[in-house]
Amino acid sequence: MSGWLRQHRALVPYLFLVPGGLWLIIFFLVPVLAMAAVSLQEGTLGTGFRLTFNFGVFPDTITRWDGQLIRSLQYGLIVTLLALLIGYPMAYTIAFRGGRYKSILLLLVIMPFFTSFIIRTISWKFILADDGVVLGSLKDLGWVDAGFRILATPAAVIAGITYNFLPFVVLPLYVALEKIDHRLIEAATDLYASRLQAFLRVTLPLSLPGVFAATLLAFIPAVGDYINAELLGSPGETMIGNVIQRLYLVNNDYPQASALSLILMIGILLSVFAYTRLLRGQELTG
Amino acid sequence: MADALARVLPATTESPGRPRRPPIGARLRRAALPAFTALVVAYLFLPILVMIAFGFNDIQGRFNYAWQGFTLEHWQNAFNRYPALNDALKTSVIVAGISTVIATFMGTLIGMALTRYEFRGRGPLNMLIFLPIATPEIVLGASLLALFVSAGVARGLVTILLAHIMFNISYVVVTVRARLAGFNRALEEAAMDLGADEWTTFRKVTLPLIFPGIMAAALLAFALSIDDFVITQFTSGRTATFPLWVYGASRIGIPPQVNVVGTLIFGTALLGVVGWIVLQRRQLVAPPTRTDR
Repeated sequence: MSGWLRQHRALVPYLFLVPGGLWLIIFFLVPVLAMAAVSLQEGTLGTGFRLTFNFGVFPDTITRWDGQLIRSLQYGLIVTLLALLIGYPMAYTIAFRGGRYKSILLLLVIMPFFTSFIIRTISWKFILADDGVVLGSLKDLGWVDAGFRILATPAAVIAGITYNFLPFVVLPLYVALEKIDHRLIEAATDLYASRLQAFLRVTLPLSLPGVFAATLLAFIPAVGDYINAELLGSPGETMIGNVIQRLYLVNNDYPQASALSLILMIGILLSVFAYTRLLRGQELTG
Repeated sequence: MADALARVLPATTESPGRPRRPPIGARLRRAALPAFTALVVAYLFLPILVMIAFGFNDIQGRFNYAWQGFTLEHWQNAFNRYPALNDALKTSVIVAGISTVIATFMGTLIGMALTRYEFRGRGPLNMLIFLPIATPEIVLGASLLALFVSAGVARGLVTILLAHIMFNISYVVVTVRARLAGFNRALEEAAMDLGADEWTTFRKVTLPLIFPGIMAAALLAFALSIDDFVITQFTSGRTATFPLWVYGASRIGIPPQVNVVGTLIFGTALLGVVGWIVLQRRQLVAPPTRTDR
């Protein structure tokens, strides 16, 4: 065996790649192609689906669910921005001021993952409920209007998604900030930069790789999320994930569901690509 | 933690007449970031504290919404009230265990090939690994469903496993590759120079050095698998994992036993991590060895 390998040394990496590579081809690439094929079919679950190359399905689904598509994009962007605004100061504090408590603070950031995210989201539903611990008490005190609600509003859905993906934002930001050589910041202040200037012109640019990773880790899952809209929202907060889920698992309308999934996937890949180009351009000019 | 800080803050700012202390404004500015961080930690933990607390709620009827008194009843019958809950837990552990082992094996091989060998097709391979991470979970689940429906495959435990192994491979590759990136090949060459053959070198030098990376990847894979909801919902058919069962139960009201089981899982993970940290600390304090930095 090892003699044969020594003779065919060039084959070794391929032997390493074959099992995992084949798995990804069969259970990622082929399914996406299958989904593309299904999107061009017509029919119902009862009568069966036939491939009719119905390319009209793409403009049809886009116009039919344009509201949900735009809402998903909006929520995704708001969530990403909020998570960065909350996560950056936190990651900064842990990296620069954490001292000997760094690892404990990081542990606190990842500890929510020790609980199922379904349970955490249901907990939020419970906390934010109209007569729940928070609003119920405030209403009893007469501090808020009896008709006031958070649950089943866009705010609840956005807060829920932000909550879910906040740790994914803090960790890469922390890694990037932690790597920064403190002497560079000292040099900036020695050269009479104010603390704000030193942050804006040294720390922030050096942490951009972390911002980049954090943005992707929040934006991609946020746009495709449907659990928060389902548990914390009302029909007015339906996102594209909810539509896909319902079309697939309730209505069994596989062609439309596949078309929408494909649109979502391509849309996200395009925005990731554009964002990568944008940030790279910034690094070169900035 | 947040209210502890809130109690400390006014106390320190209200001490007049003390000389050589920075002005109040500067001290407030210095306290702002830690206070904010404490608030965020409180935000992260609020739903978990609610979950733990309501496992002790003495509910009448089905709905576990308002606090009705303290009881240990749900802890006593956590595992003998809902057999379906136990089955779902068992399914989750089986799926996470098997998918972790297989995905870690295949992902580690790819990670090693990517960092240690020159070969053609590196670009497309990197793309194949990156794409499943950059694709929303719902699309991964939906596409697998499209495949299983097209191919007429019945959904169940096996299809869940196939899916979980798939999405775990990419994460394992990324984790292992990060660990291997700083690997010093000179150590292996030294072993070979001293007469070790390739297999011995791998077993005695390479594997021990990359083992922490493989363990980290396996832990990540296990965590991702056991908590996965979206992809599982699309590939499960009638089989339920723990998250799926909880979701199903949430429509008619979550029984407090779910809170108990959630608390147990949380406690187990916490104990594991704390134990691991203590172990690491002890190794760091131990007399310097070859592996010390």
